Amino acid sequence: MEYLLVLYAEEAGWMNMTKEQQQQGMAAYMAYTEALKKAGVLRGSNRLAPVAAATTVRVTNGKSQVLNGPFLESKEQLGGYYLIDVADLDAALAWAARCPGAGHGIVEVRPTWAAAVAKA
Amino acid sequence: MSTLGGDGLVGSTADAVARRSYGKLVAFLAARTRDVAAAEDALSEAFAAALADWPRNGCPANPEGWLLTVARRKFIDVARGRKRGEIVAEEIRAMAEGFEAAAANDAGIPDQRLALMFACAHPAIDEGIRAPLMLQTVMGLDAAMIASAFLISPATMGQRLVRAKSKIRQAGIPFRIPEQEELPERLETVLDAIYAAFAEGWSDAAGTDVARRDLAEEAIFLGRVVVELLPDEPEAMGLLALMLHAEARRRARRDVLGEYVPLDEQDTGVWDARMIEEAEGLLLRASGLGSIGRYQLEGAIQSAHVCRRRTGRANWVEVVQLYDALLAISGSPVVAINRALAIAESEGAWAGLEAMERVAGDGRLAEYQPYWAARAELLARSGALDEAQRAYEMAIGLERDEAVRRWLQERVARLGNVS
Repeated sequence: MEYLLVLYAEEAGWMNMTKEQQQQGMAAYMAYTEALKKAGVLRGSNRLAPVAAATTVRVTNGKSQVLNGPFLESKEQLGGYYLIDVADLDAALAWAARCPGAGHGIVEVRPTWAAAVAKA
Repeated sequence: MSTLGGDGLVGSTADAVARRSYGKLVAFLAARTRDVAAAEDALSEAFAAALADWPRNGCPANPEGWLLTVARRKFIDVARGRKRGEIVAEEIRAMAEGFEAAAANDAGIPDQRLALMFACAHPAIDEGIRAPLMLQTVMGLDAAMIASAFLISPATMGQRLVRAKSKIRQAGIPFRIPEQEELPERLETVLDAIYAAFAEGWSDAAGTDVARRDLAEEAIFLGRVVVELLPDEPEAMGLLALMLHAEARRRARRDVLGEYVPLDEQDTGVWDARMIEEAEGLLLRASGLGSIGRYQLEGAIQSAHVCRRRTGRANWVEVVQLYDALLAISGSPVVAINRALAIAESEGAWAGLEAMERVAGDGRLAEYQPYWAARAELLARSGALDEAQRAYEMAIGLERDEAVRRWLQERVARLGNVS
């Protein structure tokens, strides 16, 4: 089944790190990504730019409204994702727990629509 | 299953098969697709077909296999409806072959009830619905009966059960026994759910509410399944022993007039000796496996109470020690209260009150009836009658059992006589 691991974390936490700490953090993510690849379960992943770069769009009554900033203003922000293909929820949870993001933030584990509905 | 009334022998065979096989059949059908609702639907049709067919043609030699054969046809139709594509067709064919082989096997279908229980009590399922879910999928109890036992409206209970089953299917919660390293933690959630079901059943002491009384029996049945399928888990034995010890005293909790009888005044002759013996055997076996836990300790406390009542030898120091260990593991304010009561027995009411003071500030206790009853009892014994009366009144106001309420009211009346 395909699961999206959605990573939320406090952006300020990253900004306040020293250069070495940031390098260490990067290395941890790279190692994690590599492990997912070696296990043959990685389907896609990306890290997102800070929410300062986010813009939201909504169309109501044919009129589009463009706003500066993210959809939700919260302490933890969406910062990246991994799309993985594993046997079941337990396997997905095990990978989520290994993700460095689970240590300094929160990882939400969501099956993809097709996985949840079609593959039952 | 109440739907399987039927007549005479056929009816009772269907009932017996239902009880023994229902959970096995649900677990077996649903294990591959995780579609519990579809498995239940298919099974209920198979049972309906059995009630129509068996009285006419006699009970089949392998009733479980018969039911599986009928249920699988319906189940595969549902699976076909949900799935698409050629790979999927191949998958369904493999599934159908697996079902057929199992239906033809006289040794019976593989028992995957434990895997089903682990799915029902998965940490991804809301804690409050785990016990109801297990009672429905493994024991075949209907939502209305479970709702009544858990004091929830049938509509709400039905919705929550449906939602939990969708969660199992959609989130991909596996039907399997967890690996050794995560087993203790995951087993705890299964045992907790079973105990929650038992506690609901146990709360109806008079046994007038059939739904609740049966729940205690169903929980013991589930406890037995776990011990049978995981024979080396001491905590599973501890839970079963705890439930058996409590159940053994069920009939002694009320006198012939239906009045409440506290443990220390119960007629030990009414206790179920066979259940007690089985519980003691389980605790002994568990203690040989070298890993202590909450349920073994609670079982041991029950055992100590039984022993004291039977031999007349006070063993409160031992009981306090068991509570010390239990408190260290659980940190539960409920345990702290029971520990305080045991301390009061061995060191006096004031010592008990002092021990209780330490948890008195816990907000969870404000509406917890046993806390107020225990506090009232100790205050009365230490002579603080006004305070005792206030605590009794809180306890009476929070109690839902009429007999216990009457008993508490009598205690209050006695306070008046003393002062």
